[in-house]
Amino acid sequence: MRTSRTRLLTVAGALALLAVACGDDDASTGTSAPGTGGTNAPATGTITVYSGRSEDLVMPLLEQFTADTGIEVEFRGGDSGEMAAQLLTEGGASPADVFFSQDAGALGALEKAGMLSTLPADLVSVVPQAYRSATGAWVGTSGRARVLLINPDLVADAPTTIDELLDPQWNGRIGFAPSNASWQSFVTGLRVLRGDDGAREWLQGFAANNPVAFEGNGAVRDAVNDGQVAIGLVNHYYVYEKIAAEGAEAVVAENQYLAAGDPGGLVNVAGIGILKSSDNSAAAQALVEYLLSAKGQAYFAEETFEYPLIEGVALADGLPTLEELAPPAIDLSDLDTLAETQELLEDVGLLTR
Amino acid sequence: MTRNRPPLALVVPAAAAALVAVTPIWYLVDRSLERGWGQVREELWRRRTFDLVARSLGLTAAVTIASVLLGVTAAWLVVRSDLPGRRALRVAFTLPLAIPSYLAAFAWISWRPGLAGFSGAALVLTLVSYPYVMLPAMAALSRLDPAQDDVARSLGRSRLSVALRLTLPQIRTSVAAGALLVALYVLSDFGAVAAMRYEAFTWVIYGAYRAGFNPSRAAILATVLVLLALVLVVAESRARGRASARVGSGTPRASTPVPLGRATPLAFAFSAAVLVPALGFPLWRISEWVRTYASTDVDLGDVFSALRQTLMLAALAAIATVALAFPAGVLAARSHSRLARSLERATYVAHGLPGIVVAISLVYVGVRLLRPIYLETPLLVLGYVVLFLPLAVGAVRSSVEQSPVRLEEVARSMGNSQHAVLRKVTAPLAAPGIGAGAALVLLTTMKELPVTLVLHPTGTETLATRLWRYTSVSDYANAGPYALALVAFAAVPTALLGASFNGRRHGAGVQ
Repeated sequence: MRTSRTRLLTVAGALALLAVACGDDDASTGTSAPGTGGTNAPATGTITVYSGRSEDLVMPLLEQFTADTGIEVEFRGGDSGEMAAQLLTEGGASPADVFFSQDAGALGALEKAGMLSTLPADLVSVVPQAYRSATGAWVGTSGRARVLLINPDLVADAPTTIDELLDPQWNGRIGFAPSNASWQSFVTGLRVLRGDDGAREWLQGFAANNPVAFEGNGAVRDAVNDGQVAIGLVNHYYVYEKIAAEGAEAVVAENQYLAAGDPGGLVNVAGIGILKSSDNSAAAQALVEYLLSAKGQAYFAEETFEYPLIEGVALADGLPTLEELAPPAIDLSDLDTLAETQELLEDVGLLTR
Repeated sequence: MTRNRPPLALVVPAAAAALVAVTPIWYLVDRSLERGWGQVREELWRRRTFDLVARSLGLTAAVTIASVLLGVTAAWLVVRSDLPGRRALRVAFTLPLAIPSYLAAFAWISWRPGLAGFSGAALVLTLVSYPYVMLPAMAALSRLDPAQDDVARSLGRSRLSVALRLTLPQIRTSVAAGALLVALYVLSDFGAVAAMRYEAFTWVIYGAYRAGFNPSRAAILATVLVLLALVLVVAESRARGRASARVGSGTPRASTPVPLGRATPLAFAFSAAVLVPALGFPLWRISEWVRTYASTDVDLGDVFSALRQTLMLAALAAIATVALAFPAGVLAARSHSRLARSLERATYVAHGLPGIVVAISLVYVGVRLLRPIYLETPLLVLGYVVLFLPLAVGAVRSSVEQSPVRLEEVARSMGNSQHAVLRKVTAPLAAPGIGAGAALVLLTTMKELPVTLVLHPTGTETLATRLWRYTSVSDYANAGPYALALVAFAAVPTALLGASFNGRRHGAGVQ
């Protein structure tokens, strides 16, 4: 991980030099444009980032951002939901400039409370409408797809829909992570797509098939790889992480993508929004712009194997494009009913014991 | 002081301590009523709320009972019996206190996912919290007058009968105080129940933040926990009654250890049955993480800087907490007025609240009233004070209770001012309690996570926040060294607590 990061930083540094070289052009031609996008009015100073994304993951990119723009970043990490609670409690007095969330739900809550400023359209329009707020309050920065992770030694004919998972042949052979946020947002998506009753019906069938609970997606992945279970319900990048850490020869598990439009193939995002109370929104916009730049997007694609959300950034090896995946059409802002999802999961006996 | 009105010199600072401790209540009431009483009723008047309260109380009862059984047995073995190696066992039995519940729970669940649920949560919480009962029980046992036992024995009572009918009632108040701490701890814990996926009341409170993004719902639910905590506090003070200081004159002679005889192997089996899962198992898991991932290059400089921050914060928290706890503890020991009792109870209230609620309430107070220190060290230390005040108040109270009021009355009669008596007589008498309280606050602060995560000054990291940062992304490679450093350094004040009972010294009370 460390070496791949170093290599990445070298590449990023080279790109930065290139950007600076090209940037001169921009500066000479673009001075007359109004600086709404933040491209032309060079922002300075310090911004405070509240982040639900892990510091280990985000910090190298933020350090590069500081090196490239001269804008200093103060970083506070925590759980996305708890950070949202902190921001809601701070209100207008918040020292935060931006909120970088692990999922869309927490951003939606701040949007509803009227705490996020509207991002300039030209800034966020590089991201498809499906992966940003309809009102422009927040924008997705990377995507993750739900997949079936299968062990090919144990699965001859891999299912491609979630309904096939209810087949008795999978009894006791499916692993999942009940507390994991991505699993829960899949269930929220299922509720949106099939209604509460439809979702309950599927969950009851799933529970009746005796799925095996693990404490996290990583543990599910390892169990699939070791043949402890045949199929795991995880995000697409877990298998890539293992390949990066242990080498391709150590990994037998494979991603099985779901059929077009199947609820099991939900694509969710991590995203960012700027606080209305920010006293340096120019610098905050510069950060948003940076994360949505080819460089920022390439960082997520290479470091976390997540989906970049702008055009023209290479995907991790073997990853189908978002178009090929054809995930179910869902307004991500509708995934804000996680609390109800948890109650449903508790009710059918899939969350707590 | 007993019959007179409590002195202002104590009441004023004790009231200040109580005020600090109830800060979260202001926030809770304000946020709960934000959307009117209708909303409150709608959130609370649900079948689910009652189910959850029942589940939480069930877990609290199970862990408290198990902790009392383990704690009292362990205390009796290491203080009153002739068990070989009991001095070392005193320290060993105390050490599980140094292991954070979230770490212990994670060690178990990642080893055996099947433990999830009530049994796993009860197991982990009992193993990390029985020392809260054992420490005061040890203190109480070590100051019993053995002459009473001799009398009972000479009247034909068996050893077991003496232990059950004479010894137990005498240490009842100390055990009750420890049991209260355990109960409040279980009520407010989230780390263990989250890892074990046991649907306790804190589960929904955290859910209201993490899944519902709804702080006002969390506040309403947390108010229920405050009420439950209040019931427990009042129940405990009823059960406690008045602590009785020894009445006879002179000093009781050192007690002779009760010979275990053929029961010795049984005592060793008990010790192993407690220490292996409570101490050996989590240490083995942590060392596995450290060893398995020894190849990754952890920056030792980062570990040291996190350690330095942790120690500094813990020291500040211990000093501030003990300073505020001293007047409240003395008052609780010496005055039985309604005011004194209310002030003491007030300091316990926040102890039943989950850390995240205390943290968000300090965010609320911080941005409104204390903006200059918001997200600075002083506010974080204030958070620790709110959380851990009862630990120090209890310690001070019990050690003052054990010293005769007579001494202070004599000092007063010799013309000393109230102030001078406090300084020259009471404080030295309370010294063991102050030391024990400081050690407890020190070690619990080192382990504390939710408040630290929300209120830490931007850019500083403690061992606990680092640990969280890595375990939250399942990066045990990097988490290992931090877990090890945390447990190793929290073990120092913990071991001191355990070792401070030498069987003769009186009053090293932790209650």
